[in-house]
Amino acid sequence: MPEPAFFVIMVAKIVVVFGLMLLSVAYLTWLERKVIGDIQVRLGPMRVGPHGLLQPIADGIKLMFKEDIVPQAADRTIYLLAPTLALIPAFISFAVIPFGDRIRLFGRTIDLVITDVNVGLLYVFGVASLGIYGIVLGGWASNNKYALLGGLRSAAQMISYELSLGLSVVGVLMLSQSLSLVQIVNAQSTAWFILFQPIGFLIFLICAIAETNRAPFDLPEAETELVAGFHVEYSSMKFAMYFMAEYANMITVAAMATTLFLGGWRGPFLPPVVWFLVKLYLFIFLFIWLRATLPRFRYDQLMRFGWKVLLPLALANIMITAAFVALR
Amino acid sequence: MEWLVFAPLAAVALATAVLVIVLRNPIYCALSLVGTFFALSGLYLLLQAQFIAVVQVIIYAGAIMVLFLFVIMLLDVGHEPPAWLQRDRPKLVLGIVLISLLLLELVVAIGSRVSQGIRGPYTSELVNAIGNTQLVGRLLFTDFLIPFEITSIILLIAIVGAMVLAKR
Repeated sequence: MPEPAFFVIMVAKIVVVFGLMLLSVAYLTWLERKVIGDIQVRLGPMRVGPHGLLQPIADGIKLMFKEDIVPQAADRTIYLLAPTLALIPAFISFAVIPFGDRIRLFGRTIDLVITDVNVGLLYVFGVASLGIYGIVLGGWASNNKYALLGGLRSAAQMISYELSLGLSVVGVLMLSQSLSLVQIVNAQSTAWFILFQPIGFLIFLICAIAETNRAPFDLPEAETELVAGFHVEYSSMKFAMYFMAEYANMITVAAMATTLFLGGWRGPFLPPVVWFLVKLYLFIFLFIWLRATLPRFRYDQLMRFGWKVLLPLALANIMITAAFVALR
Repeated sequence: MEWLVFAPLAAVALATAVLVIVLRNPIYCALSLVGTFFALSGLYLLLQAQFIAVVQVIIYAGAIMVLFLFVIMLLDVGHEPPAWLQRDRPKLVLGIVLISLLLLELVVAIGSRVSQGIRGPYTSELVNAIGNTQLVGRLLFTDFLIPFEITSIILLIAIVGAMVLAKR
């Protein structure tokens, strides 16, 4: 049996990480509106608090008090379950991502990762692949044609891009010789993997945006053709839960890109945790920037791009990396 | 200690497996099957097979079952089973007889300990020392290379076959 202090540290880490994650999710909505506002030469939210800083809290209160509508023809059980199914995977995948070096606190060494699993990378992929259920089931259970189409689109999109996403990190695995994310960060102590895997990094980034259903891959909720897609019938906190899941996924994906390709928390001068956050928010800024810049893909373009460009490219990247690793 | 984890997981696996065939709505059946896969994944973890446990979730729960749902939703399969699946007395009797035979066979097989197999060289300590994933990879490309290659060719044939049939 591990000592009691182990449990205390564990619970503390979980509470801190998930508390910060919830806070980030709330303030990402503010950041997104501010950045997009800036790009479109507007001010963005300004009324609630200085520079609209209290806007997420106002939004949260508003969403909680909104009327919660369940369509009469909906499949009630699954309709109520689906937002939770989207939210849980989005939040638990962060558990294996290291966000800082080992620190000493009150005479104990504490690893700044909730748990270092020896199949950590696969765990993230496994949990991420479950996020589809929330969207597909929500779309189906609403008993609405637009919602169903949105749900089906997301299933097709996520399965197609998950394949290239998985293949894009095989190069990283070959270089690090481990599936543990802590080991992968340690393997990048001399040079970041983005130097050896630039193509893998690009494929990962594109697929990651597609996995989070964000522009230019936001087909499941394409407003102009599907009204709002899979969440068209959802209101109140259930609607909010889908958006919390989307923003939490953004954070996870940005953290994964940081960990796999940019050396995780490694960097000179600044403390490790700060480096991790800087890199993480760099990616998040990029995601917001892309949304403000790029128009949405058409469905056939999306499929063609995924299967005929990204997948062969990812496979070629694996072959080339394998050749280099074998010859080294 | 191990029982505390094993018993609930086994119960969930069995209960959800029964729900797969008992429930009427095909979507609920598919979701029950996802529950079974999760319980199985937990059982693999209990056996210290982390790699298999995670791959089970990725492949079955994350990919194959989503495709199942996709097909069920697209075809809009009705809530009532088709006519040839409706219950009637002869089928019920035949089913009970077959199930009883199968159960008997199972009891005999477990009782005679024929199916226990031989103890391999890989204890869980050894597996953890080498690394779960590393060991699976090494064995796939050495001892089990021919079955592995044959499987991949069979899968390739299936993919090409599906493409040919779909293009027709």
